[in-house]
Amino acid sequence: MLHLIVFLPLAGFLIAGLFGSQIGHKASEVLTSSLMVVAALLSWAVFFGFWLGDTQAFTVEVARWINVGNFAVDWAFRVDTLTAVMLVVVNSVSALVHIYSIGYMHHDEHRSRFFAYLSLFTFAMLMLVTSDNLIQMFFGWEGVGLASYLLIGFWFKKPSANAAAMKAFIVNRVGDFGFALGIFGVFVFFDSVNFDVIFANAASLDLTSAAGTDAASFQFLGYALDKQSFLTVICLLLFMGAMGKSAQFLLHTWLPDAMEGPTPVSALIHAATMVTAGVFLVARMSPLFELSTTALTFVTLVGGTTAFFAATVGLVQNDIKRVIAYSTCSQLGYMFAALGVGAYGAGIFHLFTHAFFKALLFLGAGAVIHAVSNEQDMRRMGGLRKHIPRTYWMMIIGTVALTGLGIPGTVIGTAGFFSKDAIIESLYVGQNAFAGYAFWMTVIAALFTSFYSWRLIFLTFHGKPRASADVMSHVHESPNVMLVPLYLLAVGALIAGLVFHTNFIGSHHEVGNIDPHYLEFWDQSLFLGADNKILEQFHEVPKLVKWSPFIMMVLGFVLAYIFYIRTPSLPGELAKQHQGLYKFLLNKWYFDELYHYVFIVPAMWLGKLFWKQGDGRIIDGFGPNGVSARVLDITRGVVRLQSGYLYHYAFVMLIGVAALITYMMFTGAS
Amino acid sequence: MSNLPILSIVTFLPLFGALITFLIWEDSEVARRNVRYVALFTTVITFIVSLGIWVNFDNSQSGFQMVEKVEWIREGGISYHMGVDGISMLFIILTTFLMPFCILASWESVTNRLREYMIAFLILETLMIGVFAALDIVLFYVFFEAGLIPMFLIIGVWGGARRVYASLKFFLYTLLGSVLMLLAIMAMYWHSGTTDIPTLLAHEFSADMQFWLWLAFFASFAVKMPMWPVHTWLPDAHVEAPTAGSVILAGILLKMGGYGFLRFSLPMFPLASADMQNFVFVLSVIAIVYTSLVALMQEDIKKLIAYSSVAHMGYVTMGIFAANAQGVQGAIFQMLAHGLVSGALFLCVGVVYDRMHTRDIAAYGGLVNNMPKYAVAFLIFTMANVGLPGTAGFVGEFLTLLGAFQANTWVALVATLGVILSAAYALWLYRRVVFGALDKEALKSMLDLNTREKCILYPLVFFVILYGVYPGPIFDVTQASVDALLVDYNSSIAKSVAAAGQ
Repeated sequence: MLHLIVFLPLAGFLIAGLFGSQIGHKASEVLTSSLMVVAALLSWAVFFGFWLGDTQAFTVEVARWINVGNFAVDWAFRVDTLTAVMLVVVNSVSALVHIYSIGYMHHDEHRSRFFAYLSLFTFAMLMLVTSDNLIQMFFGWEGVGLASYLLIGFWFKKPSANAAAMKAFIVNRVGDFGFALGIFGVFVFFDSVNFDVIFANAASLDLTSAAGTDAASFQFLGYALDKQSFLTVICLLLFMGAMGKSAQFLLHTWLPDAMEGPTPVSALIHAATMVTAGVFLVARMSPLFELSTTALTFVTLVGGTTAFFAATVGLVQNDIKRVIAYSTCSQLGYMFAALGVGAYGAGIFHLFTHAFFKALLFLGAGAVIHAVSNEQDMRRMGGLRKHIPRTYWMMIIGTVALTGLGIPGTVIGTAGFFSKDAIIESLYVGQNAFAGYAFWMTVIAALFTSFYSWRLIFLTFHGKPRASADVMSHVHESPNVMLVPLYLLAVGALIAGLVFHTNFIGSHHEVGNIDPHYLEFWDQSLFLGADNKILEQFHEVPKLVKWSPFIMMVLGFVLAYIFYIRTPSLPGELAKQHQGLYKFLLNKWYFDELYHYVFIVPAMWLGKLFWKQGDGRIIDGFGPNGVSARVLDITRGVVRLQSGYLYHYAFVMLIGVAALITYMMFTGAS
Repeated sequence: MSNLPILSIVTFLPLFGALITFLIWEDSEVARRNVRYVALFTTVITFIVSLGIWVNFDNSQSGFQMVEKVEWIREGGISYHMGVDGISMLFIILTTFLMPFCILASWESVTNRLREYMIAFLILETLMIGVFAALDIVLFYVFFEAGLIPMFLIIGVWGGARRVYASLKFFLYTLLGSVLMLLAIMAMYWHSGTTDIPTLLAHEFSADMQFWLWLAFFASFAVKMPMWPVHTWLPDAHVEAPTAGSVILAGILLKMGGYGFLRFSLPMFPLASADMQNFVFVLSVIAIVYTSLVALMQEDIKKLIAYSSVAHMGYVTMGIFAANAQGVQGAIFQMLAHGLVSGALFLCVGVVYDRMHTRDIAAYGGLVNNMPKYAVAFLIFTMANVGLPGTAGFVGEFLTLLGAFQANTWVALVATLGVILSAAYALWLYRRVVFGALDKEALKSMLDLNTREKCILYPLVFFVILYGVYPGPIFDVTQASVDALLVDYNSSIAKSVAAAGQ
């Protein structure tokens, strides 16, 4: 069954990719989509097996891969609850996006290529989440990067799309730089890159005794590190990979640009699945991260910062997709912040619920863009509510799920309500040095989230139409093939929290007695260190903390209402008054410009310097050119400069060989 | 079968083909066709016969196999001694595998002195196979140096506009190395009384002598690799060489340096190799970062790929001198993979060069519009060059880095920067050549791959992916020999340490 889940998308990719032009667009679309639907249904079957407790974690060997010395990795699938959750997320969203794309892409002349890429992406993502070792994970990791590159640059005639595709790949490579070094470190530490071996050894590690702390057993960059410090280094390096893939602060710059790709791509790759791979990585490696407080603290710091930073930028963006992109970035920050305080269940739960409502928002935005003749600027939208009511309501559902509408203290609420509130509460009780910081960052970000989400709704659907009359006359509701996926995602966005929260985060933990629903569900796939008391504590928070996300959400809504419905002139005036701040946010804190001058320009300058000066002037100048100038001076007089002179050198060479042999003969004889 | 001198057969089959080609005197259209087909059939048959070497190869043996030994020059104790082990065998297969593609790549593009061109290539093939099969150091030297002659000719006669400059540069560099190697060979003979490689492998040179011999061999192999800072001949040679010449240069000739390190430097001079480890590491990481940055700024497609080759060879030297299983096996794999990938990339350049007769990156753009099949093949090779997992390019790069990390983390750290830079230059090249709108008039009439070009590129696509997903057969071959090499290497060093401690 697992083989089917993973390889059906690959089959779809190969058929649509290789024979797309022969079998035609329609066949490619239907084939890849139906294969994905089958894979999605099978994934749910696997997931329910774990949910009901029928299935235990298992491993399936597929083939051998690299086996050199003591380094051995195979192609193999390792399935536990965490994998099952990811399987459901990836395949469900992918199947819905495939179907949606049949409608969304029906004008495009390269449709079969598009579907092939989508299936390729899904395959790579599945390899990533089912991997039983770090190398196969890296395969999937880079594979999704490739698919993302191809899909962002799908409209290859657009220079901006090509630039964005390249940027995404290269920035991700910066993260992979850390990831690869982290893998090397893991291998040096554990003599293996297989999860089973790593986790078994990590569990039995003794870091507190003298043998663990005193022995300076690892060399890293000239420092002799003990086990604890080396482990911290490894975790930080691995986390660097996660930061790249999940677009965390400092390595986030590619994600907004990635919106150049077709909107279904944004929904699948840049919201629901690929960008959560970093979260998955940290959760998967929880047995390692739990051993390093420093690394976890850093994860919290980065997560909290990203949650806040991305939300501030999201406040002022005008492109409908970019608002959602920054929102994604910010929500990923929430997930990391949760992981950092050891609340893995909450982090993964948010990943799970976020997949539904963010995919819904993106696909909804796609339906809007589709309706207004490919316009993406919200300043040229407005008043669409009456024209596309179904899309409108779907977007509303996505928004209330994202902002986390629900009644604190009860189990009435949307998906985001359960997962986001769990994160904020965990951060409040979290033990590490940056938990408090991350708590405030995420609470403020909750306000911003609510504001920019409602701003998006109001600008797009309410008020007077700002599009041209021509565009407005063409506004139409999307076909059912696009709307049905929205309905299904909306169901998930509304009820996923209610249905699954007892298992994902547990509902009645007590001190010394963790909710058995939680323990049985995750069944060791998320590791908790002995000191990790987050689960026992996070339900016991003050009322005000419990209500804080709710208050922020309402406040954000009210502000957005005032700004964009009551007094629409207010935002403009505010921007004028605080010109500097507005520019700063609009230009995304100037990160692109900063990186341009700090990395790209110097790299090019160095390249040119090494080429023209290093190679050209120094090496060639003193080396061959200098010598050959002399040689040419001499030969010019002797031999005519034609290709014939080459024979001359060849002849010299032969003489050398002959001389050697002669020498040998004489010395050997004597 | 086992009694047949299969190595000699494979080595001299191309020479026999060259002889037949030589006998075609006429210069009519029919004769030209015959010349092409004789060359093609010769290389294909050579490849098929060479597979017999792989089939008969015993993976569990670490020593030399299929050995042939005939006395050659009795007075000097020099013999015609051939044989393969896990380190050399696959290079022979790589050579015979790439040759038919070279002939096919020259099918239409070479018209001037076609017969001589094919003869040069066939002789070159014999000499290249000989380098990897020779078990006598003089025989090795003869093949090693003689191989340069046809390559000079290929660049100098059938090359581009600045071919004279390029071939002269090529010559000057290699001359420097080979003179020193010749002296070293003489010294070795003088000291040990033999030129037989298996005997020399067992011979122990004194630590002082190892140092000087190591340096002399290093000079030759470093130029061949090429390592920074003696790499500047390569971009020029590549740029001026015809497509097939570039393929052989990047695919095979560069591998002779790495092969030399593994055959001579590491096992014969282990103490010197260990002493010089950091020196090689420094040159390797400089090569990776420096040439990657230079590659970023290139305006000529072939030059860009040439610089990227230098960077990739940096991983090889780094892996070899890491002197652990992952490093050395990774280095061998990297050489084989690079042979396929860089060869394929030059063939890709050849495809568009044949149509446009320019290598200027700026002259291209938007090729994907008219040439989707070409775009896919080029993308796969680009990704393999970048080291994407699932392609052959990944396995070697990753293992050499892993090997280096165990030897020295600084080296691994800086070398891993190459992972970022390679993505930058390769994708930027791809974007400028393949993506974008098709604006340039001259490009609009370009056709996608024809049957001949498909025959060249598709098999390479297949193997680049196959050995990325399933590299097992390669490591099966190399494992035993590399293990034995490392055991000897480590025991020599342990012995010397013990001796020093006494």
